[in-house]
Amino acid sequence: MRFYIIKRLIGMVPTLLLISMIIFVVIQLPPGDIVTSTLDRMQSQGVEVSAEQIINLRAQYNLDKPFVMQYVSWVGGFVIGDMGYSYLFSKPVNELVWERLGYTLLISISALLFTWVVAVPAGIFSAVRQYSIGDYLLTTVMLVGLATPSFLLALIVMYAGYEWFGISIGGLFSPEYRDVPWTLARVGDFLSHLWIPMIVVGLGGTASTMRILRANLLDELHKPYVVTARAKGVKPLKLLIKYPLRIAINPFISTIGLLLPVLISGEAIVSIVLGLPTTGPALIEALINQDMYLAGSFLMLLSVLTVVGMLLSDLLLAWADPRIRYE
Amino acid sequence: MSELALDTQLEAISPARLAWIRFKRHRLAMVSGGFLIFIYLTAAFCEFVTPYGTDTRNVQAINAPPMTIRFQIFDDKGDFHLQPFVYGYDMHVNEDTWMREYSENPEKMYPIYFFSSGEHYQLWNLFETDLHLFTAGEEGYIHLFGTDQLGRDLFSRVFYGARVSLSIGVVGVLLTLFLGVLLGGLAGYIGGLVDRAVQRLIEVLQSLPTLPLWMALSAALPVAWSPIGVYFGITLILSLFGWPALARQVRGKFLALREEDFVMSARLLGASKMRVIFKHMLPSFNSHLIATATLAVPGMILGETALSFLGIGLRPPVVSWGVLMQQAQNYQVIVLTPWLLIPGLFVVLSVMAFNLLGDGLRDAVDPYSTGGQS
Amino acid sequence: MSDPVPEDNVLSIRDLAVDFKTDIGMTHALHDVSFDVPRGKVTAIVGESGSGKSVTANCIMRLIQPPGKIVSGKIDFAPIRTDGYDIVALSNRDPRLLDLRGDLISMVFQEPMTALSPVYTVGNQVAEAILCHRNVSRQEAWQEAADMLTRVGIGDVSRRIHQYPFEFSGGMRQRVVIAMALVCQPELLICDEPTTALDVTIQAEILTLIRDLQQEFSNSVLFITHDLGVVAQLADQVVVMYQGRVLEIGTVRQVLKDPLHPYTRGLLAAIPGLVQKGSRLETIASVVGDADLETPYPLTHMADGRQVSLSPTLLREAGHE
Ligand SMILES: Nc1ncnc2c1ncn2[C@@H]1O[C@H](COP(=O)(O)OP(=O)(O)O)[C@@H](O)[C@H]1O
Ligand SMILES: [Mg+2]
Repeated sequence: MRFYIIKRLIGMVPTLLLISMIIFVVIQLPPGDIVTSTLDRMQSQGVEVSAEQIINLRAQYNLDKPFVMQYVSWVGGFVIGDMGYSYLFSKPVNELVWERLGYTLLISISALLFTWVVAVPAGIFSAVRQYSIGDYLLTTVMLVGLATPSFLLALIVMYAGYEWFGISIGGLFSPEYRDVPWTLARVGDFLSHLWIPMIVVGLGGTASTMRILRANLLDELHKPYVVTARAKGVKPLKLLIKYPLRIAINPFISTIGLLLPVLISGEAIVSIVLGLPTTGPALIEALINQDMYLAGSFLMLLSVLTVVGMLLSDLLLAWADPRIRYE
Repeated sequence: MSELALDTQLEAISPARLAWIRFKRHRLAMVSGGFLIFIYLTAAFCEFVTPYGTDTRNVQAINAPPMTIRFQIFDDKGDFHLQPFVYGYDMHVNEDTWMREYSENPEKMYPIYFFSSGEHYQLWNLFETDLHLFTAGEEGYIHLFGTDQLGRDLFSRVFYGARVSLSIGVVGVLLTLFLGVLLGGLAGYIGGLVDRAVQRLIEVLQSLPTLPLWMALSAALPVAWSPIGVYFGITLILSLFGWPALARQVRGKFLALREEDFVMSARLLGASKMRVIFKHMLPSFNSHLIATATLAVPGMILGETALSFLGIGLRPPVVSWGVLMQQAQNYQVIVLTPWLLIPGLFVVLSVMAFNLLGDGLRDAVDPYSTGGQS
Repeated sequence: MSDPVPEDNVLSIRDLAVDFKTDIGMTHALHDVSFDVPRGKVTAIVGESGSGKSVTANCIMRLIQPPGKIVSGKIDFAPIRTDGYDIVALSNRDPRLLDLRGDLISMVFQEPMTALSPVYTVGNQVAEAILCHRNVSRQEAWQEAADMLTRVGIGDVSRRIHQYPFEFSGGMRQRVVIAMALVCQPELLICDEPTTALDVTIQAEILTLIRDLQQEFSNSVLFITHDLGVVAQLADQVVVMYQGRVLEIGTVRQVLKDPLHPYTRGLLAAIPGLVQKGSRLETIASVVGDADLETPYPLTHMADGRQVSLSPTLLREAGHE
């Protein structure tokens, strides 16, 4: 097992390097850069800019170096925890990303938990009672859930909150708690706001998770080892949990890693709709303003998050399935 | 009937027929197929189906709610004559909110005329005509889904939007299919280093959070691009991250197929690699590709909608479902004009239809897969 | 002639019929299957693949699941340890069903490679059989499991009991499954083609093991196979099945030496080595000739105690008045 973990950890390095290259190319794609947009702004304000100033500006932002060198210094900085400078906020990126990333992580993980708490029992039920009324009901709800864009769901929840409860839903804090230090009361206020993004982000994943679990379980229910165990006289409920479910959960574990990118995507757009102080809204602002270090850092951190999530789900899978452990 | 008897009966039924029998059992998939044919047809003929163009403004109806179709059963002379009609709006300003509010005015009765003349348009840039499926006549107006803040008819815009959103789904999937088959096919066929490179790329692309990257790429599309350029740009972006799942499937299939006799003999006869892939190997799992492609369309539609909704996808004056939803960004708008969410309903319905159709197709061509992880 | 001598049967199946609802219609997997399983002996069911052997076995364990359904018939079960009952009549929730499975009757399946869950150790799965039916501690159950694993020929049990099924070869896995089936000392052991999926050399080992264990525990065995050679080695009683029906029932000697049904003769003729010297190796079809296999004739008791399903003409030829 230790060997397996080390192998996987080493395997992460080239993956992350490739990802960083892709991201660097993507954030360099827009025509122009921060200097040209700064110059545009200055010139429109009537400020004369000399050629020398331009060269200085470019040097200040490292833009005079070749593309590859820019990449190397970006990645190098990342490794030692220096993510560059945000021109948009005039602050080091370091000071901007962590809190937002923390909220993103919190919402995504709570959405993941929500997804399981709902999807696992529902998936089991609809597989075991295949073709029952309950199964049809659940699969219908699941179909609609799968087809509803998360931002539409967020809009509907906002509408419902306003129409039925007379509350305006949005943000992660009530106004009075927004800018105060953490206290127990603030935590409580946070939790009372957290459940809406949790459900909205989680529901999209719930549908696909339940679908996968249902299908996996249906595949396993009639396998020979289940028949053997039934022939042994194992009681029905224990039989279900110990045999088919235990195996059906394995490929399911490996989808956790795939679910994470989906949840983080959902989180980004839901946060924009609900106005949450997470990575999503800041990323889009950074992208639109060509604040490349900020945008690149967000993209990179979100990718690291999903890669680590995949690693964890693979390790979990190895722990759960002796066949992989022994390979 | 025993196995022997069963076998002989099975032999008499061709695989395609058997697949069709199985598909027909999926009543929901059949209904979805029908619905999709219907909605694609209306999208193709949207100029005819709708009463107004995308930019026609009705200044008498700004943010007006959907109208109800009513029926007059007897005409003026008292004879039976089923005539659908709508009531025109009465506008007044709410003293508290200073918002315009509309109510139906039974005095203004606008009959609905079918196959009547209305605005001129060019169908597919070919025929000049003014024939519409229905209009409310010269002096009337009709807004079945209400209007937006510029007084544009939402019903018309939804069907024009269908043309863009639904075609992005299909064009995007064709592109994905091409990339997936090409890369997955090469990986599975050549193997070795190419295989490992493609595998690694797949792994990387699948571990990226799609939406943020889509956002980054669409933000990179030059503002100066023409609507058609942006359209293809967005489609390309959506496909760029969609192919790995398909490529994985194709690769696995190719690995198995590579060893089969007919591929071997084609290779021995000196057919080029491309030729072997596209001519000999592809047809043998066409049906699976169709099912998988069908299941990939929803992702494209949802992607376009999300990007356009955020304002970094398609941009006005292009009308798509996502662009239409963009007007419903905050809850004030939704609370005051909930009908702006109607395009969302169309998104949900068509995505659902594609999912159901794809499930039905997959079950029909591959009865042993239950859609689990493979 | 008159009724056969009343025997001590552990199982007596009467008019069992099973249907499967499939994509293209109803399949009648069994029609009116009737036969007895005498206590303490080995009864073999032979027949080509698809003849309904496994379905019969699954009926006895009540393992038929939708789309399959037992439409009619009864299976009278007469265990020594408790009162007898009709297995078909048990409701799905009857507690006796759980005692029946694994305790009074147990089963060894065809596929040793997939018959065990890959995620639990061998010890866990064998001990579970005891824990399901006996009120013993986990430790005692594992001890008994270890003993039985030793008994079926697994060496180095103290180590291997903690291994996973995928660390065992096919033959070894089948030994584990046999241990699992025998650990509660069932009154009837059903083996559904236990050696079909194994190498020839391993097959022989497993067959010897089953025979030895049957003699040691003197339980009743219902042995399913399509291999008449195995029947000759192992069985006391033979039931020949074809397309969901019973064609012939008799002792091994009767059926193998002097088959009454042309189909049985065909089966025998198709096996090299079993046929008498001088006769040619033949295909089933050529021997069966014009015997009518499609019409279901009732089983008729013959004078020597055996039963056969034949057309009236052939019956007369066979010496039945
Ligand atoms: N799960 C099933 N679904 C449909 N038909 C089945 C199923 N299991 C068995 N049958 C039918 O029952 C017949 C007998 O099968 P089986 O008892 O498995 O044969 P065998 O003698 O080879 O063990 C088969 O020919 C088939 O038509
Ligand atoms: Mg069988």
